[in-house]
Amino acid sequence: MKCGIVVFPGSNCDRDSFHILKEILGLETEWIWHKENSLKKFDLVVLPGGFSYGDYLRPGAISKFSPIMKSIIKYAENGGKLLGICNGFQILVECGLLPGVLMRNISHAFICDTVPVRLENDQTPFTSSSSKGTVLKLPIAHADGRYFADEDTIKELNDNDQIVLRYCDSSGTVSDENNPNGSVTNIAGIVNKAKTVCGMMPHPERQADPLWPNIDGQVIFKSLIQST
Amino acid sequence: MLAKIHVTLKDGVLDTQGKAVHHALNDLGYQEVKGVNLGKYVEVQLDGLSPAEAEERVREMCQNLLANPVIESYRFTLDSQE
Repeated sequence: MKCGIVVFPGSNCDRDSFHILKEILGLETEWIWHKENSLKKFDLVVLPGGFSYGDYLRPGAISKFSPIMKSIIKYAENGGKLLGICNGFQILVECGLLPGVLMRNISHAFICDTVPVRLENDQTPFTSSSSKGTVLKLPIAHADGRYFADEDTIKELNDNDQIVLRYCDSSGTVSDENNPNGSVTNIAGIVNKAKTVCGMMPHPERQADPLWPNIDGQVIFKSLIQST
Repeated sequence: MLAKIHVTLKDGVLDTQGKAVHHALNDLGYQEVKGVNLGKYVEVQLDGLSPAEAEERVREMCQNLLANPVIESYRFTLDSQE
């Protein structure tokens, strides 16, 4: 399995992702500089977290016009697996590979915390190593993580089983009290219709090194390995 | 030519920043404030375009980059600069 991690100016979780994929999971992993025009053959491309282009204008708004994004959009449209984490998720909604938008947290605060999220769909390449209803504890660190989409889009996401993670309490109950950023119906992560493009605000790569007692984040990467 | 562009949230999209400013103004004693909408103001200097061309190009810029059509609307004026 060959993985590529895109590096934008302002990416800051690229090394964490690289560390987990290459050193912890032993996968062949390469950097992809945002100025490259063509994409080599990869089994997984990661758009990492951070503040690409300083979040100027809107998070992800300028990154979507980086030279590499044309090839990445083509790769995704041809069924290539693409994972956007945090700022990567923001880029995916800006470039239209995923529906909706990520707005300023309802509290206006930058939230840095480790929160429970419930796995809503285990029939995707990003989640198949676990089972529906499992509660994962994953870190979040964002100011603009409030997922929003109009009612029709939310209905479509539900109808097509595109919601993969929801914020919840430690027992898996989804409620307003356990919604850290005000996302519509507690959405923390979604996939596209084909289930090959996934965006999530939580950081699985920050909770996947066995140096920590909690390695819940490995679920995402192990699923990807299984499905490749 | 100078394009003066306003980008604001569409009706029905929760404007948390506008709400916070609204509350702050009320707290300062401005009880007459009944609503605040926060948006962005962008000035774009243009060269070598007729007003009709500028209108079309600026609309494109708004659609492609300056506004996110999912949640934001935009309006602009074009000023000819002497």
